[in-house]
Amino acid sequence: MEKGVFLGVDVGSVSTNLVVINGEKEILKAIYLRTNGRPLVALKEGLRQIYDQIKEEEISGVGTTGSGRHLAALVLGADTVKNEITAHAVAASYLVPGVRTILEIGGQDSKLILLKDGVVTDFAMNTVCAAGTGSFLDQQAQRLNIPVEKFGEMALKAQNPVRIAGRCAVFAESDMIHKQQLGCNIEDILAGLCEALVRNFLNNLAKGKKLYDKIVFQGGVAANSGMREAFARILGTEIIVPPYFNVMGALGIALIAAFEWEKQPYKTMFKGFNVKDAELKTENFECQNCPNFCEVVKIYENYEVVGYLNDRCGRYSQMNNKKLAGIG
Amino acid sequence: MKVTYPHMGNMAIGVKAMLEELGLEVVLPPPITKKTLTLGTKYGPEFACLPLKLNLGNFIEAYELGADTILMAGGTGPCRFGYYAYVEQEILRDLGINYDLLVLEPPERNIMEFIAKLKKITGNKSIFQVIKAIKKGFLKIKAADEIEKKVVFFRAREITKGATDRVWQEFLQNLNRAREEKEIEEAVNQAVVGLARIPVDLTREVLKIGVVGEIFTLLEPFTNFNIERYLGSLGVEVHRTIYLSEWVNDHLFLGFFKNYSRHKEIVKEAPPFLCHFIGGHGRETVGGVRYLKKQGFDGVIQLLPFTCMPEIVAQAVLPAVSEVAGIPVLSLVVDEHTGEAGFITRLEAFCDLLSFRKKGGNYGKRRIFGG
Repeated sequence: MEKGVFLGVDVGSVSTNLVVINGEKEILKAIYLRTNGRPLVALKEGLRQIYDQIKEEEISGVGTTGSGRHLAALVLGADTVKNEITAHAVAASYLVPGVRTILEIGGQDSKLILLKDGVVTDFAMNTVCAAGTGSFLDQQAQRLNIPVEKFGEMALKAQNPVRIAGRCAVFAESDMIHKQQLGCNIEDILAGLCEALVRNFLNNLAKGKKLYDKIVFQGGVAANSGMREAFARILGTEIIVPPYFNVMGALGIALIAAFEWEKQPYKTMFKGFNVKDAELKTENFECQNCPNFCEVVKIYENYEVVGYLNDRCGRYSQMNNKKLAGIG
Repeated sequence: MKVTYPHMGNMAIGVKAMLEELGLEVVLPPPITKKTLTLGTKYGPEFACLPLKLNLGNFIEAYELGADTILMAGGTGPCRFGYYAYVEQEILRDLGINYDLLVLEPPERNIMEFIAKLKKITGNKSIFQVIKAIKKGFLKIKAADEIEKKVVFFRAREITKGATDRVWQEFLQNLNRAREEKEIEEAVNQAVVGLARIPVDLTREVLKIGVVGEIFTLLEPFTNFNIERYLGSLGVEVHRTIYLSEWVNDHLFLGFFKNYSRHKEIVKEAPPFLCHFIGGHGRETVGGVRYLKKQGFDGVIQLLPFTCMPEIVAQAVLPAVSEVAGIPVLSLVVDEHTGEAGFITRLEAFCDLLSFRKKGGNYGKRRIFGG
């Protein structure tokens, strides 16, 4: 079997990203799209943007990751489905060999990944708090009527960052409003917020773990230069933001699909680019077979059921495997 | 008197056998489901931990089935659980649900009070009958633990997914039905034979993960998204530091069966990281990490309900223990959220971490992950 290109798809809560790499693991295409609460629409849009440059026959493998990985896997016919922690670690150690610490802040979650000799040794993911994530920054930028892209730039202009409580998004917001009504200028408040979020990240995730040097900062929030500087200042070390920092998950899963192929060549289960024009629909129903009342999601492609998700007992989702096995 | 008590894993089977042997009528709450959780979170105080809410849901559902007396364990340590029985009774009373309450405080504190309470349950049964009932209950719990330890071995290696769980469920039903000691033995033997027949792949590289933490979240699969079954499906053998029969032997029988429980061995490993009893199973959690490392486990998962004080203290110590002992530890907090995605992502990533680590060294610097 000839080695072609590999497609990695990361369906996150806020962004849906696609990366295509060739057999030499060079990045041919990287796409960052807003999910806008409709992962399937974003997925189709992503396919539309790559299909004229990549031939369907060329695709040797497809991998999906992110919180919507199972949904995307069903729709696309993925060969590799992996969690985003592993995917992020793979991508970072590929682009930045020798990385020891990965700070990843995405739309709805943040992760801290520690590595040694390219192997993940420890990780943490924020559990019950949304304070340190991109969505919160988005929301605050909106409240202050600043385009989120300008956020970092403005924060860098601060002379005296004010102190903002970073423990919780609610505390942070009320503190910001308080400082704003005292007349502090916006730049100082924004810089203060960046510092608060960094403190929150370190308190919630690092929790006594040692962060060793080569520190990489990735995820959508890494675009924010204010956050980059706050990390550098508080950790007292250089922070590396790799190229493609905002599509690292997709890159990682594409790499994993390629590595698996190298280990043992496989025939891809990719259903083809027709998916981009297919009528994708989901339907939920509450299963009445036990008092768990699982909200099962049924996925249709052109009025044909392609799979089920979200049942605890596997009554429906076990049919997916049979179906996929049949295809493969 | 129609007695009910909260669910905690397989505890119901043993307690039911004991109480029925004493001639009491038992009304079990239905198995814990989202409905139980919804009831519990609606009426329970927001800052209380998950066990309180699930207990509460259990009692409301059991009341609907006609129960009128609650039997519950108490506690005198720093863990809030010691108050739960009383708080729950008050909450239920406010809802117009009137239960009689029987709380068994730990006998190590006040043995006379324990016996007096026990008398209320046993009535005028002879001491011989009481011992017989307790023995029967204990045998059932012990049998369940014994088979469960075997189940994890087969689940991680089975060729057809779900084959082991079928044997396990059938065994639990048989065990529940068993009336005589002989029938318990039969159920065990049948399960052993059933498990041995499951087609397994013994060459599979299986990870061994130990689970430590708070007893309720450890024993009740509803709270932990059935972590043992999920990890089993990923090809992981899962053992706990707490098994109910060991706990009963340590705390209710005051260690009557010598060398049955590993409690002493586990607690011995806690210093110098944690030298005092801090309530709940905090000390067992800290000691468990080094204990499991010595037993050859690849990783440890700590389970705790949100706001659990003893486990939070333990959690703060764990990074140091993990580093010194050289074994990765993952802490997972459970609460009323029912979305499994985040939980599963972490478990999957943790297993990746452990298997890369186990293979360690065989790979070049760049090829560690996928290949």
